[in-house]
Amino acid sequence: MARFVAAKAFGSPSGELTLLPFNFERTGNAQFLVSNMVGDFIRLTEDEINKVIDLKLNPGDGLYEKAYAAHLITGTQQKAQQQLLALRLRSRMSFLREMTPLHMFVVTLRCEHSCPYCQVSRQSTDRSRFDMSEATAQRALDIAFESKSSRIKIEFQGGEPLLNFDLIQKIVHAAKAKSATTGKKADFVIATNLALLNDEILRYCKDNEVLLSTSLDGPPDLHNKNRPRPGGNSYELAVNGIRRAQQVLGRDRVGALMTTTESSLDRVDQIIEEYLKLGLDGIFLRPLSPFGFAVKTKQYHRYDTKRWLRFFERGLRRILELNHQGTPFREFYSALVVTRMLTDKPIGYVDLRSPAGAGIGALVYNYDGYVYASDEGRMLAETGDNAFRLGHVNTHDYSSLVLSDTLIDTISASLTQCAPECSDCVFESHCGANPVHHHATQGDIVGIKPLSDFCERQKGTMRLLLDMLENSPRDAAILRSWASI
Amino acid sequence: MILPLYGTAVLNHGFGAESPRVVARLRSLGTNEPSDGHDFYVVRSDTELVRSIEEKRSSIFVINDDVSLAGSAVSAFDRVLSVSAKFEYLRSGDVVGVHVPTGRFRTLFRSNSRHNSFLVTERCNNYCLMCSQPPKDVDDRWILDEIRESLPLLPKSTPTLTFTGGEPLSDWARFIDILADCRDLHPDTAIQVLTNGRAFASSEIVDAWKAVNHPSLIAAIPVYASVDYIHDYVVQAKGAFDETILGILKLKDRGQRVEVRVVLHAHTAPTIAETSRWISRNLPFVDHVALMGMENTGFAIANENSLWIDPMDYRESLSEGVRTLADTGINVSIYNLPRCVLDASIWPYAVQSISDWKNGYVEECRRCIEKSKCSGLFTSGRPRQSRGIRAIQ
Repeated sequence: MARFVAAKAFGSPSGELTLLPFNFERTGNAQFLVSNMVGDFIRLTEDEINKVIDLKLNPGDGLYEKAYAAHLITGTQQKAQQQLLALRLRSRMSFLREMTPLHMFVVTLRCEHSCPYCQVSRQSTDRSRFDMSEATAQRALDIAFESKSSRIKIEFQGGEPLLNFDLIQKIVHAAKAKSATTGKKADFVIATNLALLNDEILRYCKDNEVLLSTSLDGPPDLHNKNRPRPGGNSYELAVNGIRRAQQVLGRDRVGALMTTTESSLDRVDQIIEEYLKLGLDGIFLRPLSPFGFAVKTKQYHRYDTKRWLRFFERGLRRILELNHQGTPFREFYSALVVTRMLTDKPIGYVDLRSPAGAGIGALVYNYDGYVYASDEGRMLAETGDNAFRLGHVNTHDYSSLVLSDTLIDTISASLTQCAPECSDCVFESHCGANPVHHHATQGDIVGIKPLSDFCERQKGTMRLLLDMLENSPRDAAILRSWASI
Repeated sequence: MILPLYGTAVLNHGFGAESPRVVARLRSLGTNEPSDGHDFYVVRSDTELVRSIEEKRSSIFVINDDVSLAGSAVSAFDRVLSVSAKFEYLRSGDVVGVHVPTGRFRTLFRSNSRHNSFLVTERCNNYCLMCSQPPKDVDDRWILDEIRESLPLLPKSTPTLTFTGGEPLSDWARFIDILADCRDLHPDTAIQVLTNGRAFASSEIVDAWKAVNHPSLIAAIPVYASVDYIHDYVVQAKGAFDETILGILKLKDRGQRVEVRVVLHAHTAPTIAETSRWISRNLPFVDHVALMGMENTGFAIANENSLWIDPMDYRESLSEGVRTLADTGINVSIYNLPRCVLDASIWPYAVQSISDWKNGYVEECRRCIEKSKCSGLFTSGRPRQSRGIRAIQ
């Protein structure tokens, strides 16, 4: 019918096209991985990427369609492509709307464990020296309630916080009173080794809706080697504690985290098995952090990132296999990364966000009243490095803490959006700034990324996950189901 | 079967010259519903004619092939309309619009149908290759008046109403007034507007739409591809993709409900998996996505050679697209495609979407155990059958 016009009449000639921002990485001989501004990946050949960059594209050539759908190009007169990117970017960054949702109270530095990888704890019975005072706690609570977040989480840290359970109860009580008058809801979690758990504490947690988070490093010999205590029964106490908490509080009210040590590296299957036995719904395969005593005791460099990546991959494959066999079980870090890759949900997880979470994601109130930008920041302080000390509860309020030069410099200098090696990285959209880590390992908050184990680990896990998403339909189906919807 | 929804009255009597158009609501004899000047009593036989005189009805609507039935009695009534027996489906509560000088009338509302829609205009700034209602560049703003006059005549219990075109927002300010009437007169009636969405690229129009504050309003907007020129080609309008996508974004930005529709034909169906992936990534916040088999009527017949694709030839791509959308948490439906041409895994998404007046089944369907849940087929236009039509046993 003559009235209808052929398809080619509707394409924009290349003079009316313009590029949108994208990043790319050579992945092989004449092969490129390309990501648009919000981290959608496509694969292009060298010839194709050159044509895109030169705008030598024509409707119908296949490349135009690929590049347009992936938001690499737009018509100069068009607005929708850019508006879509803007909207999606806004959604991805909207974790920033909740300013400082997490507040960590180090209610004591004392601990009855003496873990070699522990960053901070003290074996001491001197309460006056290493316990947080009530006055300090009250000031910290005032600051926590000044933060702009609509809902805050108060996490009790240590040492072993149950050694100062009295103070925990006072803080919870005071926080609930503040919630009642301010309308700002507070959730509570105690990070504990569970060794001191008893019925009274469990009942308290149930009555006050307090969550428990604990450590479980693997089978008994591994766990007890990592986590020595008098009696050598850390594993037994942790496992019993988890079971009792599951019974009394409910399965979703107690979580466990593992710490990876050199001894863990060949035993990921057994570690996963421990989590399965306890009926936990997943595991977070974590790297060892380079802080505090871990650096001092040379734990940190005992294994390199490549070995850790093999450990991670083996663990993830084991978990996927479990899922294929009908046992739903997650690897939580992969779930976060895949959610970043497949959706625009705002993920504020510390290793996967830029601006960094220091201060604006979390504040740490140390037992002595000093306030730190992150848990790692206070660990550094225990080894004499006060780079991330923002102030003291007696001399600062929320505004002066988060607007301190220390914090603003740290966050603004480390943005992946503009940091060298990050700003043009193909994984930038999904990665995060980690100024504290780079300060600790390289003495520089920006860091030299080619030398950064953090960077190597992030890229390694993302490449692995992307490869599974693209090339292994069975695994991809499981991973997609983890991307929280 | 296909219901005739428009025709010419064989007789119209008693209409003054003040207005060439009349909206008539049909009523049953023997009832005592409150009535006004819009009400006409249905007369199907001599007996009912006598009864209408006895009941002192002033306006009647005769449905009978025998014109003399009405002709014999015009003097007994103020107003008489008479139509042929093929309109015998018309019943109490139905609303028809009549052009007095020519006697042409259209059924505007059927009280026993789930599929009532008002054509708002025949004007459109798209010119879709498969348009089932080919646009005309005419001044038909009288239709807007007719709709406004009809709305008060509809029952409050009407569950849903659809406004279609043409492009309903062609005269957007007056259409917004209609939405406001719907809000005031029928607050419990869900309203669906089939629009190409381009008007919403204007903030003024989206703001007006939002300001209606209708309790249950959705804009159903077609997106045919993830690539500008393919969509523009399908709708035969350069720049349409950009405006449509902007429109969707602006509606959602203001908290308005949006359905995305993809009509499946040879230019859209082979890429439906990609388009679905694109929607999942870029528009995951839309309220519903409908993937729709094409009705072979209107322009679709003129362009049949370039548009026709057997649903069996995009079966895999459609399944993948539906799974992608569903996995993203998007509410997705398949319209107008019978179950036998769909992979059984996506049957839960296939709905009975074809309007009752043009919905049918073929001989093969009689032996099918899924028939009661199946969309069936279009009977309108020039129906084309998939080679995949098979009774499911």
